[in-house]
Amino acid sequence: MNKQKHILSLLVDNKPGVLSRISGLFSGRGFNIESLCVAETKEQGISRITLVTSGDDMILEQVKKQLNKLINVIKVLDFQDKPSIYREMLLIKVTAKASYRAEILRIVDIFRCKTVDVGPEHYTIEVTGNDDKIQALLNLLKPFGIKEIARTGTIALARESG
Amino acid sequence: MKTLKDEGVDTIFGYPGGAVLDIYDALAHTDINHILVRHEQAAVHAADAFARAKSTVGVSLVTSGPGATNTVTGIASAYCDSIPLVVLTGQVPRPLIGNDAFQEVDIVGITRPCTKHNYLIQKTEDIAQIVKEAFYIAKSGRPGPVLVDLPKDIINTKINYKAPTAIDIKSYKPTYNPNIKQLKRIVSLLKKSERPMIFAGGGIILSGASQELIKLAKKFQIPVTTSLMGLGAFPGNDPLWLGMIGMHGTYRANMSSASCDLMIAIGVRFDDRVTGKTDAFAAQANIVHIDIDPTSIRKNINVQVPVVGDCKKTLMRLNEILEKESFDNIETKRTPWLEQINDWREAQFMAYDQKDIIKPQYVIDKLHEMTQGNAIITTEVGQNQMWAAQFYHFNRPNRFITSGGLGCMGFGLPAAIGAQVACPDELVIDIAGDGSIQMNIQELATAVQFNLPVKVLILNNQYLGMVRQWQELFYKKKYVWTQMECAPDFVKLAQAYGASGFRASHPDEVEGVLQEGLETKGPVVMDFRVAQEECVYPMVPAGAPITEMLLV
Repeated sequence: MNKQKHILSLLVDNKPGVLSRISGLFSGRGFNIESLCVAETKEQGISRITLVTSGDDMILEQVKKQLNKLINVIKVLDFQDKPSIYREMLLIKVTAKASYRAEILRIVDIFRCKTVDVGPEHYTIEVTGNDDKIQALLNLLKPFGIKEIARTGTIALARESG
Repeated sequence: MKTLKDEGVDTIFGYPGGAVLDIYDALAHTDINHILVRHEQAAVHAADAFARAKSTVGVSLVTSGPGATNTVTGIASAYCDSIPLVVLTGQVPRPLIGNDAFQEVDIVGITRPCTKHNYLIQKTEDIAQIVKEAFYIAKSGRPGPVLVDLPKDIINTKINYKAPTAIDIKSYKPTYNPNIKQLKRIVSLLKKSERPMIFAGGGIILSGASQELIKLAKKFQIPVTTSLMGLGAFPGNDPLWLGMIGMHGTYRANMSSASCDLMIAIGVRFDDRVTGKTDAFAAQANIVHIDIDPTSIRKNINVQVPVVGDCKKTLMRLNEILEKESFDNIETKRTPWLEQINDWREAQFMAYDQKDIIKPQYVIDKLHEMTQGNAIITTEVGQNQMWAAQFYHFNRPNRFITSGGLGCMGFGLPAAIGAQVACPDELVIDIAGDGSIQMNIQELATAVQFNLPVKVLILNNQYLGMVRQWQELFYKKKYVWTQMECAPDFVKLAQAYGASGFRASHPDEVEGVLQEGLETKGPVVMDFRVAQEECVYPMVPAGAPITEMLLV
């Protein structure tokens, strides 16, 4: 059985306790949440929760069915099978000693991200992109010394068929 | 109160307290019947049994804090067994919530994993709508307990009553009608099958689908087994009845499951007590799984034909489709299979040998004989529960009320009370063990106060029977803390509460005590001193395939 990462987008009632129900469902049944992002949608009273989970096919099927069963969950979308756009935003605080400060700025330029904070021995970089871009950037910055990272978690929307 | 009346509530099981004083005050002005229990856990168990016996939604009312936490076990049991309940809990006034107030707990947080849904009401204006919604959620789709938390200041506020609107929850739309294509697949599998069987469960009883099940089974001569929760869905005196399946099921039911080529599973969830080792379960069969809850399907066992739908509606449609099909020679086709099952039945692995000590199985056997299998039986948990399931044969649904999924000791007596309130003219018997009965023994007071003539039958072996059995079979007979010492004299205890008590210590006394106990008016406790080291057989050890049974 293949363990895969799955991105699920849930439309839920914007009521107190809904997030707790969902995280309780995952912890109670031993499913795992790799990342979670939640905010209101354009419709009043409805929020979108984008979560990344992993597991084999049988577990995924159970996860989706159990989520659907919750009274406050309106819809469960699995982005696995459709062409979709994924984005995540990170703030990365990287050590930037004099000898390689310029190199870091070159990388920032190549990846088209932004430097949002600067100090005598560090830069804080803001990057938005899909999983591959972010991973590539992190790999390049690691040798310099990453001090701290704050991530939003993946969000996604399906592409319009065309 | 008005919303409750509009929902058809005629009985509430409850226990008052500070946070619900206003509700109790209002209760006095209605004609809703209230049964005062002696422990909030009993209030929920009684409402649970009331719901099962009467096929309606059970209602409990308790106060905040400890009152609410005492209901958690009862709620969890109803959740595991999918019983429609609405539990109303008082709560501290809204400004005090989250402030560690007196008798405050976050009961919504605590019961989130064990309720179908729950609510904390934030505005008085919402009460009617939310309570109505709670009832709808409790009884629709796969039923379950719903908790409504009522802060005291919200109940205290006076507003004009505004009738709730019709319920339409866009995020909750259960599927009742089956997919016809799937039903046609069942028909074609049934035509080809030589060794079919039906495995029915609690879903049949909740859906009221017993008649449709009987029609299907008898028309096509398909042998039927049920889970613990399904007992009574199919008549126990019918030749097609295989007995219960699973860890303590009958030999022929378990063997049939391994040899059948088609298993039609209806209203079941393939619990581990039934399947044993999952990859060995019904290994030769194509499995059809009909259930209203999609999460039950393919959760434990992979099935070939899943059908999401209400049991009754699905079986009705299936029977309709089958009417139009032609099946030839059902009798001859089925004969070898039915003969094989008969051979297994002859093996009689539930025999017991009674000499000078009362055997617990004998007590149940005699009880069944004397009541002609017509009583409503509630049970506690453990050996008493298993012997009741094995030796009391049920011919109708809604007669066997037990805590199946959670297996909660202390369920039986409050459940008997709830069932008696639901069916005042029926004989209601609680089959208990000496351990279990002590967990909610205080409810004898409830039975006496409301003149509920429940009959408590204690199989008294002075041990925590089922645990002792496991210690005997798997822990080299090391009986660690399973001796129930210092139990009270149950006869005297019954009398202290104002009930009647009888004891039998020798096999010759059994029939007499049963006779007197069942005929005495009012609540009765019958203490049967039974063999101490008796085991429930057959038994499938945990994790083994269900064909590998330990036999007597």
